[in-house]
Amino acid sequence: MLLTITTRHTPATDLGYLLHKHPAKVQDIGLSKGKAHIFYPVANEQECTCAMVLDIDPVGLVRTNDGSSGNSFALEQYVNDRPYVASSIMSNAISKAFASALNGKCKDKPELVDMPLPFEVKLSVLPVNGGEQLLLRMFEPLGYTVTATRYTLDDKFPEWGNSRYFTVVLKHTVTLQTLLTHLYILIPVLDNDKHYWVNKEEVEKLLAKGKGWLDKHPERELISRRYLRHQKSLMNDAMAMLMKDDIPEDIVEAELIPEPEISTPKLHDSRLQIVCDELLSTPVKSVLDLGCGEGKLLKRLMTHQQLTHITGMDVSSRTLEIAYRRLKYYQLPDNQRKRLRLILGSLVYRDRRMEGFDAAALVEVIEHLDTVRLKAMEKCVFEYAKPGKVVVTTPNKEWNVTFTEDESMMRHSDHRFEWTRAQFSDWCEKVSTTYGYTYVIKAIGEEAEHVGAPTQMAIFTLIKN
Amino acid sequence: MNIQVPELSLIVLIGATGSGKSTFAKKWFGAAEIVSSDSCREMVSNSENAMDASADAFDLLYYIVGKRLKRGLLTVVDATNVRPEDRKQLVALAREYHTLPVAIVMNMPDTVCLSRNEMRTERTLPVHVVNSHINSLKRGISKLKTEGFRKIFEFRTEAEVADITGIDREPLWTVKKEEHGPFDIIGDIHGCYDELCALLTKLGHTVDAATHRVDVLTGRKLLFLGDLCDRGPASPAVFKLVMHTVKEGTALCVPGNHDMKLLKYLRGSNVKLSHGLKATVDQLAEEDTAFIEELKVFLDSLISHYVLDGGKLVVAHAGLKEEMQGRGSGAVREFCLYGETTGEIDEFGLPVRYNWASNYKGKAMVVYGHTPVYEPQWFNNTIDIDTGCVFGGKLTALRYPEKELINVPALATYMEPTRPLRMPGTGNNLQHEQDDVLDIEDLMGKQVIETRLLNLVTVREDYTAAALETMSRFSIHPKWLIYLPPTMSPTETSTLPDYLEHPAGAFSYYKKNDVTKVICEEKHMGSRAVVIVCKDSTVVSRRFGLEEDSIGTCYTRTGRVFFTDKELEQAFLGMVRDALTARNFWEEMETDWVCLDCELMPWNAKAQALLQHQYAATGAAAVHAMTEVVETLRIADHLPETAPLLKGYEERAEMCRLFVEAYRQYCWEVKSLADYQLAPFHIMATEGRTYFDKDHVWHIETIARYCGGEGNPLIPTNWKLVDLEDAESVADAVNWWEALTAKGGEGMVVKSLSFIERGSKGLLQPAIKIRGREYLRIIYGPEYTLEANLTRLKKRGSGAKRALALREFALGVQAIEHFVAKEPLRKVHQCVFGLLALESEPVDPRL
Repeated sequence: MLLTITTRHTPATDLGYLLHKHPAKVQDIGLSKGKAHIFYPVANEQECTCAMVLDIDPVGLVRTNDGSSGNSFALEQYVNDRPYVASSIMSNAISKAFASALNGKCKDKPELVDMPLPFEVKLSVLPVNGGEQLLLRMFEPLGYTVTATRYTLDDKFPEWGNSRYFTVVLKHTVTLQTLLTHLYILIPVLDNDKHYWVNKEEVEKLLAKGKGWLDKHPERELISRRYLRHQKSLMNDAMAMLMKDDIPEDIVEAELIPEPEISTPKLHDSRLQIVCDELLSTPVKSVLDLGCGEGKLLKRLMTHQQLTHITGMDVSSRTLEIAYRRLKYYQLPDNQRKRLRLILGSLVYRDRRMEGFDAAALVEVIEHLDTVRLKAMEKCVFEYAKPGKVVVTTPNKEWNVTFTEDESMMRHSDHRFEWTRAQFSDWCEKVSTTYGYTYVIKAIGEEAEHVGAPTQMAIFTLIKN
Repeated sequence: MNIQVPELSLIVLIGATGSGKSTFAKKWFGAAEIVSSDSCREMVSNSENAMDASADAFDLLYYIVGKRLKRGLLTVVDATNVRPEDRKQLVALAREYHTLPVAIVMNMPDTVCLSRNEMRTERTLPVHVVNSHINSLKRGISKLKTEGFRKIFEFRTEAEVADITGIDREPLWTVKKEEHGPFDIIGDIHGCYDELCALLTKLGHTVDAATHRVDVLTGRKLLFLGDLCDRGPASPAVFKLVMHTVKEGTALCVPGNHDMKLLKYLRGSNVKLSHGLKATVDQLAEEDTAFIEELKVFLDSLISHYVLDGGKLVVAHAGLKEEMQGRGSGAVREFCLYGETTGEIDEFGLPVRYNWASNYKGKAMVVYGHTPVYEPQWFNNTIDIDTGCVFGGKLTALRYPEKELINVPALATYMEPTRPLRMPGTGNNLQHEQDDVLDIEDLMGKQVIETRLLNLVTVREDYTAAALETMSRFSIHPKWLIYLPPTMSPTETSTLPDYLEHPAGAFSYYKKNDVTKVICEEKHMGSRAVVIVCKDSTVVSRRFGLEEDSIGTCYTRTGRVFFTDKELEQAFLGMVRDALTARNFWEEMETDWVCLDCELMPWNAKAQALLQHQYAATGAAAVHAMTEVVETLRIADHLPETAPLLKGYEERAEMCRLFVEAYRQYCWEVKSLADYQLAPFHIMATEGRTYFDKDHVWHIETIARYCGGEGNPLIPTNWKLVDLEDAESVADAVNWWEALTAKGGEGMVVKSLSFIERGSKGLLQPAIKIRGREYLRIIYGPEYTLEANLTRLKKRGSGAKRALALREFALGVQAIEHFVAKEPLRKVHQCVFGLLALESEPVDPRL
């Protein structure tokens, strides 16, 4: 909530001209979510500091339920760090308070505009999503000397560890305009959040403010991605409401621990292709994709005329909405649309809509179920729905040694378990004898020595009597 | 002349145009009971006369008729229905819904129809059409019986029609809702007379075996489930006893398949003397013909099944599906006698019976026999009490409404069963097994759930969709989820200047609703937790139907595991169990499990993520940023304008510090199990009972008996009883709250003394919370106490929250009451699922 810009250039008071703010006055700038106070704690020939203190209205900050922000009823909205940090609101304040400087204008001393001056900038507190490393990666390539003080979450509870807040001091000799554009872009990038809905205008702003430096910045991709971040929530409103006392750990973890990027798109694609081939290897006409997600497998299946009925089921209505869009469901010609059906359903509740299919697929689904609920899933699929063929894929835990030494590490934070090949085979054996199926197990992906392939697949076939 | 039609019938009017059908229908039936092809035609095409719309009009007509019959309503079809193909579909509909088709034929002289047709102003049909109607009618009239009509009335003249003085609706013989019992329902006897006498005696009736007379206990009634004869040693004696009691009005009897086969034999049909019929026939040879005649009349008079006690009880020999109850058709009778088979033959050469009860969701309890079982089991509100007496098992009676099972062992094995009574692997609990998987059909879409406290609770479709995802992905096993606590509303916003919440609001709510005694309970600041703990691990499989190595569970108010570490959970529950065991809880409460509604401390035990992600983070950011701002402003003190700014920021900096203090109060490092504290405040249920009839003082004092002592995580809750009519008592409670919250306490909860309290406008809030001024910083933000903020924050309404709290309360109570009553899990889960779904209603989470 605090930004100070100090220069020891002589005369330091030039800063007042550059910023277009009188050093003897306290000025207030109105912002959409409050105001900013601007004053000079120090202003003499040798040293001049301009301070901007944000005065954000925490009650007014609460978003209205306009649908764009998601989670409008999450408690998080009411008690948060926003009033106290340097965020996109700070960028907004910079552009309002120091508009002429940011645009490279100085009425009284225009010669100062293009003159690099020694600056010392302090931001307090700056939230950094990515730690000190990221902070350095952002500012050092631009020539800054960075001094950062990181705060703990709570001194009384050292075991809770560090917070993501820093008091940051940046030093560099640079023009004021460049300095301000850097801050303007990089503050929200480090924070990785936006207080407003990101639209197309933001692209233009990014290009304008980033002119001359962004294209050379080694982290330009990350900067653009984060700057243009949509506030896409992982949860829809209703879900958020349900979770209000209890932020799901996967959401938190997603923030705190970067996930290992091992489920490469290539593996996923080849897995889908193999599952698709297995499903179509016999003259099945109807297929059920259980846990269809956004519809990648369905899309492949749709291209096969052999199939007359394709149904995708998922437990998340939000995911299904995406599937409808990805599959362009409503634009499909009638005869194509009739082949496809998407249903909201769950693998742990018996569902008569799942009955009567020639084949079913569960691609990377079972490991998202708690082990105590597996029995319900087995009954739903193998006892009640009873498709002629069931293709199941799941990660092979043994293969994890190829990317981590941590045995407890799973490939996705929502995985409730990952099985070794022996565990998977035991499960297949149990399911097949209990429900009257035969099965074969196949590997998917490149096999590594001693540990097998990344994915294991079982093809169950119903024994007809 | 009055004509008689069954109460539940499909009345098909048959007659040419102009024969007077519509007039007849309007005269004798209610407007809603008549479904006319003309009005259907008008509905689909804007005109009664649009003959091109006939196909669509009839689709609609059949649809409406089907819906009405499904709902058990007498329906009259007003259409010409002169061709057999017109009637065929209607008869099929009547059959589908097990109702009786009745034909009323308006066979008027041609001249009548033609002249009426001509007189019509709105529509006149060509003469040849009318003639063709008349001809079809006359050709078909003799075939109505073979078409399936059970009653046919024909009127040939206007005078005959004019003679009708009324239509009597005959109640169905099967419906005896006015019979309320109590009943002693007796399973398949199969000629086991001695066992029957022994059982009746054990039930408390006085039996004179020699004369086949029973002096039935006053007020009770016997109910025989059929299969009185065959295989056993004394079928005639059994018949005599049953016939006497039925005649005297002290018993009802439904027929079994064996009884009906005997009737066929007695009537001289060619019946194979197998399946024990031979024994009966031999025994009857000793009887005189008068008895045989009497027996034939008796067997012939037996009604397929009975719907009794206001519809709450159904008895039939082989059971009965919901859609057939109280209906009459050949299919219903068949079902009552034989049940359903899958069409397969088992390893013993017998048809595989399809267990209709596994899909049963009806409200009526169904008691039946037919299929011998080793032990009767409640299954989806049905029970098979044929315990194979004749095969050497036992003869069982069910006392209704007590749901008590009484039996006597067989004195001999009169016949070896073809299929052993206990099939390998059938010793398991059918209900538990079925409850492994619940049906999505019972949970999705808009739900209207019946509750004792609020009648119907409606849950919107989009909320149930959200609940499906959370239930499937995050919740514990539904078998554990027998209760969820309701949300709790805060008190009305205080009118006192510095307070958002103050006890006065809660007191005035109860007082206004004529409650004079309330209890104030200290609000522990942890996480709400439901704890189910069993005396030992066998209870988990026996009572909860879960095959897992555990002694219980501990879950959050959204049905998620409290402890992600299973071992830790069980160790913690072990401590709770041991504390209860040590003080004889199980003996005193006569139970082997208990469900407690609690608060589990510390807060960070469950809310660590929330703390790190939100509270500690906000606190860290606020305190450090404020410090820097204040420092910077101090340096700028040479500028006079900064003075008010400095003052303002100093004040706010202090608030941020208080915010950190506030949440820190509720956190402590959890190094071992000893660091957890559990404060139960309600004993929700134990085996066979709930405690909603006990007041809160009982709950809190009873719980206190089990608190304290070495290694006991249970802690008591401080409380105060307040008399709202005594100003001193009220002031005392306010002071108590002030003191609690001044020390950093979260606040208190005010409840009416009785668990469930109703006011003049219905159910009252079960609890109202009054949170402390400092605690509320956690909820409303560090700076909420600034006047400018507080003024705005005071504009809050708790109406939606309160309506929600009541609905959730009703659902939570209902869920656990269903569980205690051993209802199928489906009914329990509907309530908790609905409750969870309601939680997705957008309500200000700060309330």
